[in-house]
Amino acid sequence: MRIYLSKTLVLVYKDLLVEMKTKEMLTTMLAFSTMVIIILNFALPSYSVSEFKEIFPGLLWITFVFAGILGLNQSFAFERESNSIKGVLQTPIDWSAIYLGKTISNYIIILSVELLTLLVFIALFNLTWIIEYLPKIVLVILVGTFGFISVGTLLSAITSSSRLQTMILPVLLFPVILPILVGSVEATQLAITGGGDYIPWIQLLIAYAVIFFTASILTFNYVMGE
Amino acid sequence: MISTAIVMAIAIYLVFIYSPIEVEMGVIQKVFYFHVALAWTSFLAFFIVFISSIQYLRTESRKWDITAYTSAEIGVLFTGLTLVLGSIWAETTWGVWWTWDPRLTTTLVMFIIYIGYLTLRKSIETQKKGRLSAVYGVIAFISVPLTYLSIEIWETLHPTVIRGGEISMDTSMFITMIVSVIAFTLLYITLMKIRIRIEKNKDRINQIKKQDRKY
Repeated sequence: MRIYLSKTLVLVYKDLLVEMKTKEMLTTMLAFSTMVIIILNFALPSYSVSEFKEIFPGLLWITFVFAGILGLNQSFAFERESNSIKGVLQTPIDWSAIYLGKTISNYIIILSVELLTLLVFIALFNLTWIIEYLPKIVLVILVGTFGFISVGTLLSAITSSSRLQTMILPVLLFPVILPILVGSVEATQLAITGGGDYIPWIQLLIAYAVIFFTASILTFNYVMGE
Repeated sequence: MISTAIVMAIAIYLVFIYSPIEVEMGVIQKVFYFHVALAWTSFLAFFIVFISSIQYLRTESRKWDITAYTSAEIGVLFTGLTLVLGSIWAETTWGVWWTWDPRLTTTLVMFIIYIGYLTLRKSIETQKKGRLSAVYGVIAFISVPLTYLSIEIWETLHPTVIRGGEISMDTSMFITMIVSVIAFTLLYITLMKIRIRIEKNKDRINQIKKQDRKY
């Protein structure tokens, strides 16, 4: 088990190192999400704070999943381009560790983008009222993103063999993660409006994340290999 | 095949002649029998995709791959028809073609999920085609009840026929519904048989072509 985990962490380290060197995913996703926020500003009518509280959770999560899909699309691209996936596959380790490693590195990268996006949101829309709800929102983001990334990483591995590649991932992923999106939006809404307890939604999100994560780790071996 | 035709004929007779015209909704209510039957059969079809996908991952036998694929095709067709018939019914009863009711939304999502499945299959040309689509077949089916669960928390407008073990429906209507469900299940089985035969023949032709090239 310890060897398994240490090898997984090596894979995570490798992914993060590549990202630190190139900063491709981070900058592209952040530029994209900022652009979405700018477009939202023009697309939305004028609103009061209470009206904005109603629509904000939806806007936030739409921005997250759209930016996230860009990252997920790239997640196996590096290995594919340099053909280094064969090298990774030949390491004496269960392939599920590759999934675990990729999921963790995707989680870290996309989570960073999301938190930065949240800051951009706060700055550009002058959301000073949001500061007191920030811990709750961050909790929802932590849990919701994990569910989204766990199944997203598996599907990204699947679509990397497809002729349509980047085009097909959203079509496969979005309907599957709909429950997570619904849960995250509801939880964020309740956290900022105080209209009820948001903990049951968090529990639901954790349950979904566990189900999707387990299903993904069990099936990943079939996705890899020839 | 003949039994399917007979049961289908009986179902059509029951729907259009035997069962009474509903007082409030009128003739349009008859859409309901086909709508329910199609909806039930598409669930069955997607369940078969799920089971065959698991079996394919376990055995790598081409038979299961074909079953999963053909069942998904028929499921998508039937779900599409369910949505169309439902819309026609909704327009006369609720006055709108579509509403974001949980039952309606989850059915639409399920429809898109399996269109994704078919698109994915078409877009992979390597040996891994069967395995990759089987993995998606498993994930997709897990997500269907989850999606239903997550949005069911909102109130549903969609009528339910059987609630708490009691049937809120005229006996003759209930009989008609059951027969039409059976008829469509048989239709599904017949279509599956034909589609599987076509796929097997395709495989055989490809094999013969390959052998031919050797000589």
